[in-house]
Parts: sequence; structure tokens; C-alpha cells
Amino acid sequence: MKTCLVVDDSKVIRKVARHILETLDFTVSEAADGSEALEHCGRAMPDVVLLDWNMPVMGGMEFLCALRQVEGGATPKVVFCTTENGRGHIQAAIEAGADEYVMKPFDRETLHSKLQIVGCA
Amino acid sequence: MIHSPPAASATRILAGLLEARTGQQIAPSRYWRIQTALAPLLKQHAIPDLDALVAVLSDPDNESLLQESLEAMLNNESFFFRDTALFASLRSEAFPTLRERRSQQKTLRIWCAGTSTGQEAYSVAMLFHSERDKWTDWTIEIVGTDISATVIERAKAGRYSQFEIQRGLSVDYMLRYFSQDGEDWVIDPALQKMVRFQQENILKPRTDLGKFDVILCRNVLMYFGPETRSIAYAKLERSLEDDGLLMLGAAESVLSQTDLFSATREMRGLFCKAVPGRTGKSSLPAPFD
Repeated sequence: MKTCLVVDDSKVIRKVARHILETLDFTVSEAADGSEALEHCGRAMPDVVLLDWNMPVMGGMEFLCALRQVEGGATPKVVFCTTENGRGHIQAAIEAGADEYVMKPFDRETLHSKLQIVGCA
Repeated sequence: MIHSPPAASATRILAGLLEARTGQQIAPSRYWRIQTALAPLLKQHAIPDLDALVAVLSDPDNESLLQESLEAMLNNESFFFRDTALFASLRSEAFPTLRERRSQQKTLRIWCAGTSTGQEAYSVAMLFHSERDKWTDWTIEIVGTDISATVIERAKAGRYSQFEIQRGLSVDYMLRYFSQDGEDWVIDPALQKMVRFQQENILKPRTDLGKFDVILCRNVLMYFGPETRSIAYAKLERSLEDDGLLMLGAAESVLSQTDLFSATREMRGLFCKAVPGRTGKSSLPAPFD
């Protein structure tokens, strides 16, 4: 079973994402911000990170840059999942090392297809 | 005496009209879709319910409302690169094979039958465009057809909502082939030029589209009844070059459906003519024009 870390400060989004991911046979863990997510990755590197942009303590971009610098941090596929839907934001995320980008709101088909694109579903 | 719910006979009539005009069937267990699909139309035309709609449609002067109703009932769900493994097979197996087979003519014709709002045809165009150095002196013609005039207009426009654009499309291709216009994403004119869209019913084509090297007819035949499906297979066989390839939806197969096509041995999810040279003749129920 693949593992996915859902990083979002919204409990509702984490719940929705968890539900979809579990139907896609992922083992899901959660973090409420980038700092919690980094701690989690230090303990166990997931196969995929589903990452929000704006979060308290540590945002998505800061987390992504930090993740890519730690040992083993180049391995997880990072899929941004955010309400930031401008071309500039998307380009910046890809340049920072994200593998895919989902604009909220999303549904199961969208998430499934993006996970297929990064080779995790 | 037991009476049916008020809309039950109306849904049966509307489902019958849909099948008669388009070939698409709606199973009785999915009749609820009719009410859902037609709700916006009822509201727009201030028609109280489906019974009233059927009464209005019984007047031959209301043909345009009938067309509008049928279009609303058609299932037009589509997304980019639907079934990624099949598109990978097209790119890595089918197109290289056809490049060898057509190395003299340097022409390829692709037909997306039941193209809906154009995502599939544009996906094919992206496959060619992303490897355009291999196809520089080739003529690639991509034709997308659909029974619905509304979806053909949307396909021609190549404009997709945020929700539509990310269904199946990688962020790389989205940034490469689409520009953002407000909340929408608009196809690159270079790709738009590669695809020709026209309204056609695959069961009763108005124009002769000629023969194709690849036909994609995906998640279309599954909505047809057995007899209509065998007619459609015969049409597809007649429109395919003898060494051409047919691609169906991921959940579809020719097995027990037709003897006109068989699975290719080497190309996953692609089918070829069972007997090259034969045109539309089958031991299954005879096709008609």
C-alpha cells in the first residue's frame, strides 16, 4: 500500500482527502502545517505529499523547499492542492520541485488522475 | 388501482425519444438521471415538470426544444487523457507502428467518434505536438465528431473551466498548451488548428469522413443496445483502414460484442479488424444504413 501525507490546516479538507485516498488504497497520515509535516517526514518518508499552500507556522512552499533538502526528501511526489489557481503560483510551485498541482475544489477523479500522472496510483 | 408516480411514464417516453434519435439507452434503474439532467431546462422554460415537458414536446413545432432536451440527456462526461495507460499505449506502441506503416504516404488520419467537449481529440493533438520533431514532414489530421451540436461548439472553442482542465491533464501540459483567461483555460491555437470538429451521428453520418488510421470510440458504444451497437461496429469497421487501429474505453471490449474486430496481440487496449478487407459484414445481426 502506498502512503500519502495530507498537509492542510483545514480539518475538513484533510477529512475529504483522506476519504478519497483511502478509496484509492492509500495509507493516509495527516499534518496541519508544514512544520508538523517535516517532523512526520523525518520519522517516515511518505510516497506522496498532498500539500496546501497557505498554512500557519510553515506554508506549503517553505515546506517543499525544506523537504527537498533533507535526506530522502527528493523521493516523495509532491502534489500541491490549493485554492491558489493563478498561472504564476502554479509555475512557482513546479519550479520549487512540486510534481503536480490540484486546484481546489477537487473530486475523486481529479485526484486519482493526478496521482496516476505522478505514478502513484 | 395502483397509479405510477406522475413522472414515470414521462421518463419512459423521454428515454425512448433519446434512444430513437441518438441510439443511447438509459437503463430504467438510471431514469433518475433524466429528471436531474432536465431540471435546468424545465426551470429555464418555466415548464413545471416532466409530464408537462412531454406534452409540450408532442407538438411538432417544438423540435428545437426536443433537440435541447435530448442534448441535456446525453452523457457528455469527458476528460483529458482518460485512462492514462491507453494513451501511453497510443504514444509508445500504436503511433510508432503507424509511422512505419505509413512511412511512404506520411499521412495519418485519426477520428475521435463521440468526442464530446473535445478533451480527447486535444489529448491526441498533444501527443503529436509533444513529439513534433518526429512528425515534421507528416500530415496529421484529427477529426472529432459528436451527435450534440452544443458540445461540438464547446470543443471548437477549446475553453475549459478550472474543474475540467485538471481532470486527467498534467500540470506540465496545462502550462504548455493552455493560457489562463479569468477562471478558464484556453487551448493553444497551434493545437486548435490540428483538430477539426463537426457534428455527426456515427450511426447516420451526413458526410463521408473517409477512412482513418486510428479510431477512438470510447465510452460511446456502452450506451447503445446490442442491435445499435452492432450497427455502430459495422460503421467503424468501414471507416477504418485495413491495418488501422480501434481504441475503446478502458472498460470496453469487443469480446462477445462483435466479430468485426479482435484484440491486437502487441498493443494493449487496441483492436484491429478481425478480417482485413471485409467491410461491415458480420455473422452477428446484420448492419443497416
